[in-house]
Amino acid sequence: MADFLLAAAAVVLALVALGLVRVARGPEEADRIMAAQLLGTGGIAVLLLLAQAVAMPGVVDVALVLGLLAAFISVAFAKAAGHRVADDPARAGRE
Amino acid sequence: MSLAFALDAILGLAVLAVAAWTIVARDAFAAIVGFVAFGLLLALVWVRLAAPDVALTEAAIGSGVTGGLLVAACSHLRGDAAAAGIEQPRAILRLAAAVACVVVTAGLAAIVLLLPDPAPTLAPQAAAQLAQTGLGNPVTAVLMAYRAIDTLLEVVVLLLALVGIWSLAPDRFWGGRPGLRQHEDPNGMLVFLARLLPPLGVLVGIHLFWVGAVAPGGEFQGATVLAAMWLLAMMAGLVDAPPIDRRWLRLALVAGPAVFLAIGLAGFAVAGAFLAYPPDHAKLLIVIIETPVTLSIAATLGLLVAGPPERAPPG
Amino acid sequence: MRLVLDALTIAAVSAGAFFFLAGTVGLLRFPDALSRLHALTKADNLGLGLIVFGLLFQAEGPLTALKLIGVWLLALLAGAVVTQLIALAARPDGPPA
Repeated sequence: MADFLLAAAAVVLALVALGLVRVARGPEEADRIMAAQLLGTGGIAVLLLLAQAVAMPGVVDVALVLGLLAAFISVAFAKAAGHRVADDPARAGRE
Repeated sequence: MSLAFALDAILGLAVLAVAAWTIVARDAFAAIVGFVAFGLLLALVWVRLAAPDVALTEAAIGSGVTGGLLVAACSHLRGDAAAAGIEQPRAILRLAAAVACVVVTAGLAAIVLLLPDPAPTLAPQAAAQLAQTGLGNPVTAVLMAYRAIDTLLEVVVLLLALVGIWSLAPDRFWGGRPGLRQHEDPNGMLVFLARLLPPLGVLVGIHLFWVGAVAPGGEFQGATVLAAMWLLAMMAGLVDAPPIDRRWLRLALVAGPAVFLAIGLAGFAVAGAFLAYPPDHAKLLIVIIETPVTLSIAATLGLLVAGPPERAPPG
Repeated sequence: MRLVLDALTIAAVSAGAFFFLAGTVGLLRFPDALSRLHALTKADNLGLGLIVFGLLFQAEGPLTALKLIGVWLLALLAGAVVTQLIALAARPDGPPA
């Protein structure tokens, strides 16, 4: 079971790390924030799987803190991105 | 190839790739997103290195709060692309920085890889004296008992950083409120989140602070969660940043370092050295220090991200 | 009994990993920011939810199980709101006419 959970953690990690390509490619700010958000959720999943696979105290707390701080930073990003779009004359007023 | 090695290899490669991209990214906002992603991955690395206390701190301060600070700075730059562009360092400087980084990394790698097996360590002595401190978490024992002087200096450094940020304000704004007034739709999603999440976050923050005595956690991690929840409420416009000349605010900021320093100086009289604790009361003194320190750090971190005052004080 | 619990964990965690796969593929291959956001929410909700559900069968006690569910609910709440905010940042003028 520990082996399976480790393998699942590796798979989820590989997937969300791959998703980070979206941070590089963009093209909009929203795309980059999205990829970071996926990394946050994937990170939580990896931590919960690791907490069960390797008996280490406090890893679930790390997942909890990751969730809270990911929410905080995503809100900060979304607000900043909204201001950027509004300020950029080429993009504001589109659609 | 074992599964653990595969997991660690993926993690290592991802960390290196994200770091490399963050350095060469052109757009400041994109680079900040990359930096936060780097911090999240680094927290996973710390867990794989069996250091959940450091992972907590990295996820909270290294990634979350520092990310908030950088985003705030980026927002201030947004109208000023030309001014930011002038500051591009010359190629020779960048090359020198790259060479210096490679040399330091190679040196660290050499030291770690060439350590004798078993490596020299003070861990057994630290664990042996744990009972005297009354704590169950050796990391907290190091931070608050064996090397409390370092923690005191860290707390003071945070306060000095805040004073530095406040000094960036123009004279006419001194004493005013940090940041601009946030206007958010009172029926919108952000206000909903800012009403629902902070109570839970405060519980988690207090839990982390309290459980740090026996499990991964401690006052820095708990305080950061508290600060993040305060900042969330500020971003949603539910609370306004306090004017920086308020007495209660300044009291909250210095209460932690002041109590820490006072107990440290009292250590001369009671136990013979600065920050020495009498053996029977070590745990009690540590809790007495940690409680105001948590409050002070939460206030300091929140105000650090809120930034220098941008509004004139009333009256 | 142990075998049944283990089988349930393996099934649920595998399903959760599959949703993460769907979310990543969507994030990388969908043509438009809003459709990518749609794929993201599937990974957020179902991916993490199924993994937490699978881990519940391996938890040592009710306290651990409650903590796991708590983490999932937090991710659910944060994810729901943050995706709305990201959508607002992507399309500040609302949906295309």
